[in-house]
Amino acid sequence: MDALEILFTASFWVAVIRIASPLIFATMGELICERAGVLNLGIEGIMTVGAFAGWFTVYSGGDLWAGVLVAALAGALFGLLHATLTVPLGLSQHVVGIGVTLLATSLTYFTYRLALPEVTSPPKIEPFQPLAIPGLSNIPVLGEALFTQTPLTYLAFLAVVLVTWVLYRTPVGLAVRAAGENPSAVEAQGISVTGIRMGAVVAGSALMAVGGAFLTMSAFNSFFFQMINGRGWICIALVVFGSWRPGKALVGAILFAAFDAYQIRLQQISGGIVPYQVFLMMPYALSILALILVARRTTYPKALMIPYQKGER
Amino acid sequence: MSDTPVLRLSGISKRFGPLRANDDISFDLKRGEVIALLGENGAGKTTLMNILFGHYVADAGTVEAFGEPLPPGDPRAALDAGIGMVHQHFTLADNMTVQENIALGTQSLWRARLDRASVRQRIAQLSADFGLAVDPAATVSTLSVGERQRVEILKALYRDARILILDEPTAVLTPAETDALFRTLKLLVAKGLSIIFISHKLHEVMAVSDRVLVLRAGRLVGECETASTDRKELAALMVGQEVKPAEVSPANVGAPLLVLEGVSTAPYNGAALDDVSLTLSAGEITGLAGVSGNGQAALAALIAGTQRATGGRISVAGREVAGWSPRVALDHGVARIPEDRHAVGTIGDMSVTENVIAERYGSPRFSRMGFLDWKAARHFAEKIIADYDVKCPSPEARIRLLSGGNMQKLILGRALDPEPAVILASQPTRGLDVGAVAYVHRMLLAARERGAAVLLISEDLEEILALSDRIIVMSKGRLSTPSARGERSIRELGELMAGHSGERSDAA
Repeated sequence: MDALEILFTASFWVAVIRIASPLIFATMGELICERAGVLNLGIEGIMTVGAFAGWFTVYSGGDLWAGVLVAALAGALFGLLHATLTVPLGLSQHVVGIGVTLLATSLTYFTYRLALPEVTSPPKIEPFQPLAIPGLSNIPVLGEALFTQTPLTYLAFLAVVLVTWVLYRTPVGLAVRAAGENPSAVEAQGISVTGIRMGAVVAGSALMAVGGAFLTMSAFNSFFFQMINGRGWICIALVVFGSWRPGKALVGAILFAAFDAYQIRLQQISGGIVPYQVFLMMPYALSILALILVARRTTYPKALMIPYQKGER
Repeated sequence: MSDTPVLRLSGISKRFGPLRANDDISFDLKRGEVIALLGENGAGKTTLMNILFGHYVADAGTVEAFGEPLPPGDPRAALDAGIGMVHQHFTLADNMTVQENIALGTQSLWRARLDRASVRQRIAQLSADFGLAVDPAATVSTLSVGERQRVEILKALYRDARILILDEPTAVLTPAETDALFRTLKLLVAKGLSIIFISHKLHEVMAVSDRVLVLRAGRLVGECETASTDRKELAALMVGQEVKPAEVSPANVGAPLLVLEGVSTAPYNGAALDDVSLTLSAGEITGLAGVSGNGQAALAALIAGTQRATGGRISVAGREVAGWSPRVALDHGVARIPEDRHAVGTIGDMSVTENVIAERYGSPRFSRMGFLDWKAARHFAEKIIADYDVKCPSPEARIRLLSGGNMQKLILGRALDPEPAVILASQPTRGLDVGAVAYVHRMLLAARERGAAVLLISEDLEEILALSDRIIVMSKGRLSTPSARGERSIRELGELMAGHSGERSDAA
């Protein structure tokens, strides 16, 4: 098979959508936080927490959907920690975010060791199975790519629709967008900036954690260390790439996933002439290029990373 | 009509650290009345209104609206009680539409869907009733300052405000926009609203208010019916003493010192410069009037050297200078009084001494063999503090701790001490009180007497008229033809500021 033919196979696009799913969840989560004015660098750690919490719930006998819920709650809890430090206390969002990532990651590994002291190879669970949507999944290539996925992938796409609706069609979405642009506009209309921002960070963190859970409960069937592997940081770039808009961020996530799926396949057909690291690097290099091309003229939320203190002068 | 005041403030006090921003202030506002709250910058007007609106919590005192006490620190309660506030710095989200800004917070947050239709309808109704024309679908970032202010007023009216507080509403408006605002206020009062109008401009206070309250240093020092007072009396109350305007002698114009020929730039905080030519001559103050954002910032940045010209030539004392930069500008005797003294003029966390030598730390006066001469630097700081009457604890104090006026005096001292040939003064008196303004004006006039060329960029038309020997109006990145002192009326200048050509307005 040559390099171009790959792009026209259904199996390639099935993989693209699968790889994109966790990124979609987490990117939507980060987007909500940033639209409210809070940069959440806790994303990498919160995804780790979600990956473990969801998987461990199922491993301990819980239902798959219960696992998703527990992952979301665990993410929300770390989101609450992040929000408490950055919003009412107004601490540096960079420092808090990195702190939350380090804490959440280490705490997860620690809990894993405590809970499973004996294991040598990661224990497995029965993950979400692909669910073909009748009719739609018979459309060649596109239908197969989109509609033979696991329920969690469908949920990811639903999340994009939901986030778009909330941000642009509801009163609370209005308040979130205003809080990230000019918090005093929110305050002047009698809404608590603290409440809006904390709510956004907690909800966004829950989404990030579900993104992490996708890896252990849908893409794979076990939890292992380092499995988030920088996906959180990619999502931060995807938010910028998407100019803080859910639809464009979704396109970015799929684009990045396509690069990623493509490089794996290129590795297989290259026959070892080119070092495989070159292919591994490709999605990241292309992402930087895409950021340079797309995001240069983007207008970011003006109050992003600026703590709001009521009554300050 | 009942005599219960719509608003009653009793014994409001508020401190910020050692500063007594409000000290035991009490007054009533009646239905259909316009109160002007007059005072210098820093007199406590804005603080008082922020307490009233719930942004700040007072240390003591109570607010009653329509006979009911208002809980402190709760903007929502103030809104619900019918108090609307148009802040000096607009509280609008620039990324959202007019309609979205107005709807924000007016519908339950947990509705599944924002009801846009009813919002649009109501805005159309209010716009028509009060003559507040604005496109509800426009994004705020595309609106002019006057339009944004109309949106702010609509926001209050949308919430059925019965009391409207306007904080320095005319500071950012052209004369024509100001007139339109005053017409709107008359309509509002006719419908039974009460208005508190905050200002430090006497003629506006005289024009719109029924009653004037004068604040000075956080205290209410005077209260009078507008009809039975005059500007002189109010000015004296405001400052606590008679203020004499600076006296201007005829200009003694010398040779051209700084000449810009056909310069253009990229946009900078507003419009770009478009083929601008300007000559600054010795012994003359050139006043540049205009509504902010029309290219004044670009021109100031160009002369200061912080922005490059994309075309044109810059000459100093008759010789073209290539590679214009902040260092080159300073070396050619161009002194800068920057527009934003906090962001550009000073480094807040560095000391007064460090700040006053910031432009010249490399000169032999302050450095020996690459090491700073702190003794000389400190002497220089002490000299400026003494000569320019700066109130500051010591030359070691962080400059952030100084008031705006004192900071400005330091910048003035730093700029004027080396007796520069050219002085670029951008908004030199913005945010200063009357006393400090008079001081800055005297210093600029003194520099002119000794033969400096001064470019005065200001949004305050009165300041331009008082000081300038020659007035140029900037609009959309271009300059009008200059006019001599007294040649153009305020109305003519206003039309130039609004972008109409001066020649055509003469014919009309």
